Amino acid sequence: MSIGSTPLKFRVTIDPDRCMNCGRCIENCSYGVYRREADSIRINSRSCVACHRCLAFCPRDAIEIEEKPGDYRSHPVWTREIREAVFNQAKTGKIISGGMGNALPYPIIFDRLVLDACQVTNPSIDPLREPMELRTYIGKKPSSLSIRERPGMDTELLTKLSSNLQIETPIMIGHMSYGAISLPAQQAMARAVHRIGTFMGTGEGGLHQSLYPYQKNMIVQVASGRFGVDIDYLERGAAIEIKIGQGAKPGIGGHLPGEKVCADVACTRMIPEGSDAISPAPHHDIYSIEDLKQLVHGLKEATEWKKPVFVKIAAVHNSAAIAAGIARSGADAVVIDGFRGGTGSAPVVFRDHVGIPIEAAIASVDAKLRQQGIRHKVSIIASGGIRQSADVAKIICLGADAVYIGTSALVAMGCRVCGTCNRGVCAWGIATQKPELTKRLDPEANAVQVENLIHGWTLELAELMGAAGINSIESLRGNRDRLRGYMLDEGLLNVLDVKTVGA
Amino acid sequence: MCGIIGVIDRNRQLMDGGKIRDSLAMMDERGSGEGAGYVAYGIYPDYKDYYALHVFFDNIRENKAPLDNLLEKWGTIVHDEQIKTYEQPNIRKVHTPWRYFFRPDRSLMPKSTTPDEDIVTHLVMKVNAEKNGALIFSSGKNLGVFKAAGWPEDVANFYRIEDYKGYLWLAHNRYPTNTSGWWGGAHPFNLLNWSVVHNGEITSYGTNRKYIESYGYKCTMYTDTEVVAYLVDLLVRKHGLSEEMAVRALAPPFWAEIDRMPPKKQELNRAIRLTYGPALMNGPFAICVANENSLVGFTDRIKLRPLVSGESGDRLFISSEESAIRRIDPDVENITMPKAGEPVIGRLYS
Ligand code: SF4
Ligand code: SF4
Repeated sequence: MSIGSTPLKFRVTIDPDRCMNCGRCIENCSYGVYRREADSIRINSRSCVACHRCLAFCPRDAIEIEEKPGDYRSHPVWTREIREAVFNQAKTGKIISGGMGNALPYPIIFDRLVLDACQVTNPSIDPLREPMELRTYIGKKPSSLSIRERPGMDTELLTKLSSNLQIETPIMIGHMSYGAISLPAQQAMARAVHRIGTFMGTGEGGLHQSLYPYQKNMIVQVASGRFGVDIDYLERGAAIEIKIGQGAKPGIGGHLPGEKVCADVACTRMIPEGSDAISPAPHHDIYSIEDLKQLVHGLKEATEWKKPVFVKIAAVHNSAAIAAGIARSGADAVVIDGFRGGTGSAPVVFRDHVGIPIEAAIASVDAKLRQQGIRHKVSIIASGGIRQSADVAKIICLGADAVYIGTSALVAMGCRVCGTCNRGVCAWGIATQKPELTKRLDPEANAVQVENLIHGWTLELAELMGAAGINSIESLRGNRDRLRGYMLDEGLLNVLDVKTVGA
Repeated sequence: MCGIIGVIDRNRQLMDGGKIRDSLAMMDERGSGEGAGYVAYGIYPDYKDYYALHVFFDNIRENKAPLDNLLEKWGTIVHDEQIKTYEQPNIRKVHTPWRYFFRPDRSLMPKSTTPDEDIVTHLVMKVNAEKNGALIFSSGKNLGVFKAAGWPEDVANFYRIEDYKGYLWLAHNRYPTNTSGWWGGAHPFNLLNWSVVHNGEITSYGTNRKYIESYGYKCTMYTDTEVVAYLVDLLVRKHGLSEEMAVRALAPPFWAEIDRMPPKKQELNRAIRLTYGPALMNGPFAICVANENSLVGFTDRIKLRPLVSGESGDRLFISSEESAIRRIDPDVENITMPKAGEPVIGRLYS
């Protein structure tokens, strides 16, 4: 007996009184919802993923998309998602994959943390009138300085500092590869980071030629598949990141299906056209922390010790101890990717069930490194689930030096978080390689949007700092006194080392 | 608010505490009668080679013996006595102040290059963290802190501050917001030979505290001022920076200014900010820090609290108010207002 159809996820309707029959919805929908039959527009609601491309381009606001028009009998345990996953696997016998980040309704710790402001006993600082410093340096710092001062002579610095990345705002864009996202999407972000004075990651997809003009603002990635890696690539980047794991799918590798590997992607990744690009789960030359140290040193040696090397891990239970090991490996920064991090495609079981939230991971990593007196040896970059400037301020208070954003940068370019990046037909031209779709992006116009977003967050961050009586980001970093937990349990308050509201 | 005053005689001429009291009392407007204190350097010449530990006991019978035992375990008590006090109508004597002259047994800290200081620091941190009715609030050589909850003149009279003669003084008149009425919360704060008085609030306290605690210091006084003493101890004593460089780390120039400096200077200032970012102190403050050789005054990077300095002969004064300085010496010269983040430094001639 067949399982038959399941209830619609979305119902699309067109208000005939408003529709002018222009056909823009048909052109724009890459999921095949609309078609023309004779003079009217027919709708196949079952194909709709609610990417809202049609809504955004309908000149008459004629389209309405209703979520879950019909539902199953409600049940607290056998939710709709659970039942549909069973149907799906009963039919296919496969691992279910999905795009974007964790889709389960876990409580969001960020939303239960509140920031502080000054009243009376100390003045808040007005960023419009007083300097407000958000400049951040990513990399290893010495634990102390040796300075020679002699009367009548210049003061001399005897300590040699390792190279650091200078960023004018603690917000960078994380690694999204060419392949996972389109070239115009990368180009837009590259322009944005170049203008702002921050950095973005290339992902494990190599560096496309058209991005060479922005290479001083690019962090190149060495992941387990080593796609696109050669000495030229390493030398072009401002820093090199070794990707061990990713928050959306800790413990497993990646898979870029052959249909996304067009000639250009193939060339940038240095793999045959149309072949699946499979990154293994572990790096097969890293089976322990000593091996990681060798790779860090190998990459540094290859680039003459001029470039900071980052190591990215997924936030998992033992992140703090792992980060302490990384800090001793000679790496300059550790990137912790929380379980809300987005992805082009991940098995849903990993996306939704493996890993821990970034807030708890950063708090414990920062505490562990301090406890061992090695906090200065690495910068901490938080990624995965940073949605707004308040999240940036909070995660810095918990101990991060800077953040990577991913999803929010895509949303700034139009992404509606529809979660079907894995299908490769993103109507916004972002998570796709189809030329007719990718041309929907305009690298310049989209660059402005991404730039605006980071600029807006930076202004808000400056205001939040000013209100807290702080004029330099160093004084916000790890300043957990300026956070309070609202309705967080005692165990979590202890992990975050934050007091409750009112205390 | 709070009012602060510091004075150093660079020729080591001694000054008695009477004038300091009067000067501090000039600034009663800046306090609330809930805390005042003094520290004087050079007051124990007969015991100058020993650590002078000033302790508040809650209860002599109960709390003194354990401290005696602990000190005997780590060294020798050369002499100890009650600190003389004189009843004042406005001061409730909730503690018994005591002084010890202590010589640490350096063989107990074999790996350290500064064993005496490390033992004393360890003892201060341990005793104050345990909170067993004893609080060591002064631990340097040939110096002593005198403080209590009350108006400056009452606290001074309680200890008869005019009986003490020092070549360097710091004094503080408190308007508490955090730990009102607690004797331990009054300034000056002291660790080894470092003493600090502070007007303001340190908004970077959480960051500074985490930084200093990763070096083994313990913040036990519930107030932001103690981190200043520990930061200065770390930067100057342990890391070997000069006072100028330490102030530069605590209240550094803005990036915009650093970016305009000539290359070598820029490199130095950038290195200081990179290395000592977690030590940077934010928020409104004016601070005087002293050790046996020098007096340093500085403010936050945008000078949200007042600080003036003046000179008269060998003496250098630093205070919240010019009037307080003039109360000690009406003929004071070179009254200046240091710029934000710029230190005023007075050193002994030899
Ligand atoms: S885009 Fe809007 S107006 Fe145009 S055909 Fe579709 S529904 Fe009608
Ligand atoms: S990138 Fe495209 S496919 Fe992916 S969630 Fe955003 S809109 Fe949907």
